[in-house]
Amino acid sequence: MIFVNGKPIDAGAEPTIRDVLLGLDIDPETAGIAVAVDAEVARRGSWQTRTLADGAHVEIVRAVQGG
Amino acid sequence: MKRATSPALQIAGRTFGSRLLLGSGGFTRMEALADAIGASQTELVTVAMRRIDPAAEGSLLDVITAQGVAVLPNTAGCFTARDAVLTAQLGREALGTEWVKLEVIGDERTLLPDAPELLAAAEQLVDDGFVVLPYTSDDPVLARRLEDVGCAAVMPLGSPIGSGQGIANPANLTLIVEAAGVPVILDAGVGTASDAALAMELGCDAVLCASAISRATDPVAMAHAIRHAVIAGALARDAGRIPRRTHARASSPLAGMPEFAE
Repeated sequence: MIFVNGKPIDAGAEPTIRDVLLGLDIDPETAGIAVAVDAEVARRGSWQTRTLADGAHVEIVRAVQGG
Repeated sequence: MKRATSPALQIAGRTFGSRLLLGSGGFTRMEALADAIGASQTELVTVAMRRIDPAAEGSLLDVITAQGVAVLPNTAGCFTARDAVLTAQLGREALGTEWVKLEVIGDERTLLPDAPELLAAAEQLVDDGFVVLPYTSDDPVLARRLEDVGCAAVMPLGSPIGSGQGIANPANLTLIVEAAGVPVILDAGVGTASDAALAMELGCDAVLCASAISRATDPVAMAHAIRHAVIAGALARDAGRIPRRTHARASSPLAGMPEFAE
């Protein structure tokens, strides 16, 4: 079990960040998105290889309207 | 005719043709945002970083970049230096810019900056290579401290975010402008065009508007108005206003008055 944007998700054993994105129907090539794992930025170049431990907290963000 | 105008706005070595920054928050339609960007002639538009909604349609980024302007990610909503630094780093990763409008809020009701957290975040982000534009209170000492840690500009509030109260403390803003060695950008509080003009007349280098434009009855018309107000205020400042006087001073000559027969 990992947590993505606050929600628990069963993403199988040792999913990569890319696996998680694809599982949420998010194209990893989408411009303007960023990922943090356990309160640290996970660079785009690591998404394909970096695996997530059980209990990992993942935040996926993009730009929205804001002052 | 030659006019004595200030040189173009420069922040961290980058030159801007417009002295108006636009916040993208509060527009009810993307089309209105696009039109307001055009009408404002801004070159820099702020965005916030939030959790992705895979179901959301349309890309804010596409709308902004289609207008040919740059995005400035902010850290709105952060209450601690830690969260603000991480949010800035996510903005850099997502948008490929090292520029950040740094906001660290201390209170939900007033949205006023939390000075110690703001300063700590600014210092960490400067060390991490960011071009930091901090939203700050109208405290001249805090503005100086932010400049001292390496911020590329300071962005004092006129009054609380979204309040439309204008410039509550023009005396403090003047003190900040006098002391600053980096650009001063009035951020927050502008309610209408005259507030933006006053900021420029007081010596600010630029003005950032969000709600004043996005929540106006006609956002595009207000974007036009505030664009002109920023230009007018800068021209008026460079032109040199007359001093305030207690009593009247006639502008017509006293000599040569005709004397009429009884």
